[in-house]
Amino acid sequence: MSATSPTEPGARLKLVSGLLVGLYALITLLPLLWIIATGFKSSADAIAYPPKLVFEPTLEGYVNLFTTQTRQTPEMLAADPPTTWYERIVSEKGMVIAGPSRFGERFLNSIIIGFGSTFLSVFLGTLAAYAFSRYRVPLKDDLLFFILSTRMMPPIAVAIPIFLMFRTIGLSDTHAGMILLYTAVNLSLAVWLLKGFIDEIPREYEEAALIDGYSRFHAFVKVVLPQAATGIASTAIFCLIFAWNEYAFAVLLTSGTAQTAPPFIPTIIGVGGRDWPAVAAGATLFLLPVMVFTILLRKHLLRGITFGAVRK
Amino acid sequence: MAEVVLERLRRSFGATVATDDVSLVIPDGAFVVLLGPTGAGKTTLLRLVSGLEAPEAGDIRFDGRSVLGLMPAERNVTMVFQQYSLYPHMTVRENLAFPLRSPRLRTPEAEIARKVGEVAEVLRIAHKLDNRATALSGGEMQRVSIGRALVRTPAIHLMDEPLSSLDAKLRADLRVELKRIQATLGATLLYVTHDQIEAMTMATHVGVLDQGRLVQFGSPREVYEDPATLHVAIRLGLPRINTLPADLWPGAPAGARVIGLRPEHIATGRGRAASVQRVEHLGDQTRLHLRLDGHEIVTLIDPDTDLEPGDSLAIEPRNPLYFDAAGGRIDRGDRR
Repeated sequence: MSATSPTEPGARLKLVSGLLVGLYALITLLPLLWIIATGFKSSADAIAYPPKLVFEPTLEGYVNLFTTQTRQTPEMLAADPPTTWYERIVSEKGMVIAGPSRFGERFLNSIIIGFGSTFLSVFLGTLAAYAFSRYRVPLKDDLLFFILSTRMMPPIAVAIPIFLMFRTIGLSDTHAGMILLYTAVNLSLAVWLLKGFIDEIPREYEEAALIDGYSRFHAFVKVVLPQAATGIASTAIFCLIFAWNEYAFAVLLTSGTAQTAPPFIPTIIGVGGRDWPAVAAGATLFLLPVMVFTILLRKHLLRGITFGAVRK
Repeated sequence: MAEVVLERLRRSFGATVATDDVSLVIPDGAFVVLLGPTGAGKTTLLRLVSGLEAPEAGDIRFDGRSVLGLMPAERNVTMVFQQYSLYPHMTVRENLAFPLRSPRLRTPEAEIARKVGEVAEVLRIAHKLDNRATALSGGEMQRVSIGRALVRTPAIHLMDEPLSSLDAKLRADLRVELKRIQATLGATLLYVTHDQIEAMTMATHVGVLDQGRLVQFGSPREVYEDPATLHVAIRLGLPRINTLPADLWPGAPAGARVIGLRPEHIATGRGRAASVQRVEHLGDQTRLHLRLDGHEIVTLIDPDTDLEPGDSLAIEPRNPLYFDAAGGRIDRGDRR
């Protein structure tokens, strides 16, 4: 039997649509590929014109990203020859490694603040969404609208009051302060998204669990949560992407201890010339956690985006 | 198992009264079927007994002890929902074991395995135990649903039209199976349906609900033969009871407005001449559609009848039921 189903597109249509999707993917992926490639270029190759598509890869950018360096005289360099591959890269430029850069700790800050606020948003969001979905909450519609309204202006519009508030109560430049802030911004998205998912889970399951001898809390944990896993996963991705990429508040509210990677990466440019490969290396590494997280949960994400469009 | 007493229960949703002053005694070991059309308040009554809803007035007692204010878990009831509510993220086995693993029962695993195996055998789903609950057919899902009730020994089993979503054959099979299980276990069962065959075949007691009120309660036979109202008379019996003006034949008691004639309550060969409209051969029975003074009448007749449309046949009531203008019986009690 030849596969001629009326709902299945023909071979030529498939080819055309495949090409279109491929082309679009190429266009959107190009900046990403460019960044990744630049991370492995030498400083000269990175700013060469016309751009070099074929180049000799080097880890110089990554070494520069993770270290601070000082210039050294050739005599001293000769007296203390480099022992490791990264010291060798540095010494070729007539420099020695003075110590680690702050990239590592900034990256760790991003992880703590990004994942911390994601966890908190999803945790609180799930509880609130469940209550809004199942209980008779007084002024429910008004409360939901109020929660949504917190996202109706760009968050940065309230930057000054938040800055003053944070300084007064000592939350400036702290992990807790940033987690709290990102959670506050993400919570409205989390509540609304999750409420939609929980609304879709029929009440009968919980009622059955209540009758099967479980308390409301147990029924929530054993019956509602597993079925809301899809929604929780996709909400978590959206929250993480926001908290991970947030730049404006991070610039304003953090400087030392709690600074995240986004405001840090551009500062690399200022340290010892325009070191584009180091910036690109930082951006590449910065992309990885969200990429891995999203790939791990991608099945759920797809459902999160199309949710509501098709009934289960 | 327990004797369950409902006393003057009332529950309304906004302006609609779903349960209106319902009193009912469900004896220990009884199979009580509540019969009524959609919206008669059947499901609400079950939810009140289970504890998923609280009544506005009245009392519910299990073995003399009021259960008002108790959570469903504390009441020790089971409930089979109309829409099979199997937990979709669990296997059939996990679904059946779920009530046994509750914090309330904490059944040992060996005991769980034994009970689940037993129930699966009875409901013929043993070969599906390790399937995902969502990978079953509708009939299998509903059997698992019933199984989830049967693994426990509650004060009372509540069932909300459990067979309505099944095909005819499975429905008939499960009807027999349920009755058999109930009889062997001596279980107390409150069962809600709009299907009169289920009521007639399984029940030890039938209650007929109409707009939230319990209109009549008694044995299936009693309710069929001696209905309290026109509504009850119409609910039971297939083909439906013929309702005609009381003065179509002489002899109606004073105040009678409607005469109710069950198909088997029509004597042929004497009385008034009716014209034959249609003869329906259904296999197990043959229905004769007649017309008399513009009224349709359905009766049963020998399968080998040679009557044809257009023929004339004299008919006369035999043991008719008389109802007043409000639909109440007026000759009740005279008949038995």
